[in-house]
Amino acid sequence: MNEKKKEPLFHIVKRAAIPWQKALIIRAVAIIMALIICAVVTTITTGIDPIKVFQSIFVGAFGSARKTWITLQNTAILLLISLALTPAFKMKFWNIGGEGQVLIGGLAAAACMICLGSKLPNAAVIVCMIIASLVAGMIWGVIPAFFKAKWNTNETLSTLMMNYIATQLVAFYTIVWEVPKGSGKIGIINQNSNVGWLPQLFGSKYLLTILVAVIVTIFMYVYLNYSKHGYEISVVGESENTARYIGIKVEKVIIRTMLLSGAICGLVGLLLVGGINHTVTTTIAGGQGFTAVLVSWMAKFNPLTMIFSSILIIFMDRGASEISTSFGLNHSYSDILTGIILFFIIGCEFFISYRLQFRKKDEKEGQ
Amino acid sequence: MKKKLVSLLAVMAMTVSAIVGCGSSKGETAKSNETKAAAESEGESAAAATDLKAGFIFLHDENSTYDLNFLNGAKAACEKLGVECVIKTNIPEGQECYEAACELADAGCDFIFADSFGHEDYMIEAAKEYPEVQFSHATGTKAHTENLENFHNAFAAIYDGRYLAGIVAGMKLNEMIDNGDITAEQAKIGYVGAYTYAEVISGYTSFFLGARSVCPTATMEVTFTGSWYDETAEKEGANKLIQNGCVLISQHADSMGAPTACETAGVPNVSYNGSTVSACPNTFLVSSRINWEPYFEYALNCVAAGTPIDTDWCGSLENGAVELTDLGSAVAEGTQEAIDKAKEELIAGTIHTFDISTFTVDGKALESYEADVDTDADYTPDHEVVSDGYFHESGSEFRSAPYFDVQIDGITLLDTKF
Repeated sequence: MNEKKKEPLFHIVKRAAIPWQKALIIRAVAIIMALIICAVVTTITTGIDPIKVFQSIFVGAFGSARKTWITLQNTAILLLISLALTPAFKMKFWNIGGEGQVLIGGLAAAACMICLGSKLPNAAVIVCMIIASLVAGMIWGVIPAFFKAKWNTNETLSTLMMNYIATQLVAFYTIVWEVPKGSGKIGIINQNSNVGWLPQLFGSKYLLTILVAVIVTIFMYVYLNYSKHGYEISVVGESENTARYIGIKVEKVIIRTMLLSGAICGLVGLLLVGGINHTVTTTIAGGQGFTAVLVSWMAKFNPLTMIFSSILIIFMDRGASEISTSFGLNHSYSDILTGIILFFIIGCEFFISYRLQFRKKDEKEGQ
Repeated sequence: MKKKLVSLLAVMAMTVSAIVGCGSSKGETAKSNETKAAAESEGESAAAATDLKAGFIFLHDENSTYDLNFLNGAKAACEKLGVECVIKTNIPEGQECYEAACELADAGCDFIFADSFGHEDYMIEAAKEYPEVQFSHATGTKAHTENLENFHNAFAAIYDGRYLAGIVAGMKLNEMIDNGDITAEQAKIGYVGAYTYAEVISGYTSFFLGARSVCPTATMEVTFTGSWYDETAEKEGANKLIQNGCVLISQHADSMGAPTACETAGVPNVSYNGSTVSACPNTFLVSSRINWEPYFEYALNCVAAGTPIDTDWCGSLENGAVELTDLGSAVAEGTQEAIDKAKEELIAGTIHTFDISTFTVDGKALESYEADVDTDADYTPDHEVVSDGYFHESGSEFRSAPYFDVQIDGITLLDTKF
């Protein structure tokens, strides 16, 4: 016994499967602890009552009908991008090019609106936009996939670099289409004729995006879990050799999956340009192509869980703007709070997979 | 093990509560002071008897000199008139601006203002949706063609301010020439601009004309960053100009990039939007700025009285919207007298910033110029703006935002890709 005195206070043990209730409790504890730390940090650094800050965050996200709609719409966009990336991730294809695929889809939609706006009837323009955006997103997704499938290039680098190409293309066309000259912005396209503006459903500006997100979520859930394609994706992700052994054409799966991934990103670009902003800028995707990576991972590639992780991120983001308005705190302050919360949420995944085994007490010490 | 865990938790809980306790007690005293102050000021504002609410939408926050200038003007005007003010910062130039404007309207604001050029279209959308709320937009160009009763543009004749700042720069160049630091031919000014947009072109041209009015051998090089706020690009732009032999730098972009580069290199700097003397004590000469307080006061008073706000409001030296900050310690002797004199003459109309006898375009005088005043996608020129011997830059005549986009002789553009 005496010889074992140097045993550390605890060591880390991998957990066997954990019942979902227990996993849920761990996550809840993590969020509560995150909120407590946020409250402490808020009080110490700003002297503002943390309860009021939390209230304000909530008001920012759900304080009025419009705010709730906007929160839902933004969630829908982030969710859609996350859904787009997920099949690629499940295949262990690190598609971090969501940003570029969204941008290029948006650029294609904007090009149709600007170039065809006065030549074709509205419905025809919208059809062209849908096709153009999806195809553009697909092309942006399939280029890295093709090189990966043919020559096993590193897709992390190539998808990332495709982002910069898309950004520069948008920057270039911004200058081609800028109004007025030299201003570096396109402004709302067809502001008076509204040609190429996606229709409003039931008189609501926000419903279309949300509805698309719902449909794609259901589709993706079924596709990944109950379709042959989804099964092939999982097998390729687990082991390419196994996949080859059982007769799956890995190259085909990679290319097919990235076509889908890119197409959904292109669709997001269409919604952003045709449905929401009615313009295109280099920042229209707003880094969400990268945030979506986090959303997808936090949800462990489960489309239904992704709804919650994207709501959480958007909720904090919208709340963040509100606290900077109502307390005069800088917007960066809410980034700090979001950072703390994400730290705990990601950290708690560790405690779901592992547990701490504390040193067994010596019987003498115990008395 | 259980016992230990419990005690560990207990200790943790105690530390947390102790920290929270300390923090909150400190916080509460600070807060109670604040609320007291707030209550007092609210009492005063109630005495001013207005129940107006104003909403402001800013592209960045107080870290941008441009937005800070608006922020200060908005706070000062609202405090003076006792108007409740809601400020939204970091609103991008997209649908977010429309949504921010609608949220402010939903929250009961009677007057909503946005400060960035790219906000304009989205403000127009919001203005269509809320006809009973007054919307104003700084630097925009569309109010006079949009025919909306509740959408207005505002700007100021900042080119006059730049002209005066140019005189300060010219005096400094003369001092350097007299001291033998540079020869007359080396009097080259550097200018960091954002975009090749009329507002920037009008700005650097007026600055240059001001400098050349006192230092006839002055020349200028302009570089563009392609962004209104990009600290690195602005700093690099200034450094490049200094390496090219520019002995004085000015800028039209919103970060501290160029001023701090000048301070590091020891090159005199003429700033914009507000004084940068605290960050650049050795090299700051002067800054021209638009004081937005007069406009906010004017517009809020209009809203209170129910009278229409001007479709295009253009501030001037005369009404205090265009002003120079205090001079820095590095300025040449006699500068204050020179700018006072020029200011009087500008106000009296005896001199004009864009007097066509003071500059040439491709070696010829600019006898006639059709400017693109009514914004359209094809940049169609639509108004003759040269008459009475000078270029009629923005003002009450056509629209409030500048439209001078002529490349005059003596100014070299290094990169025009933006």
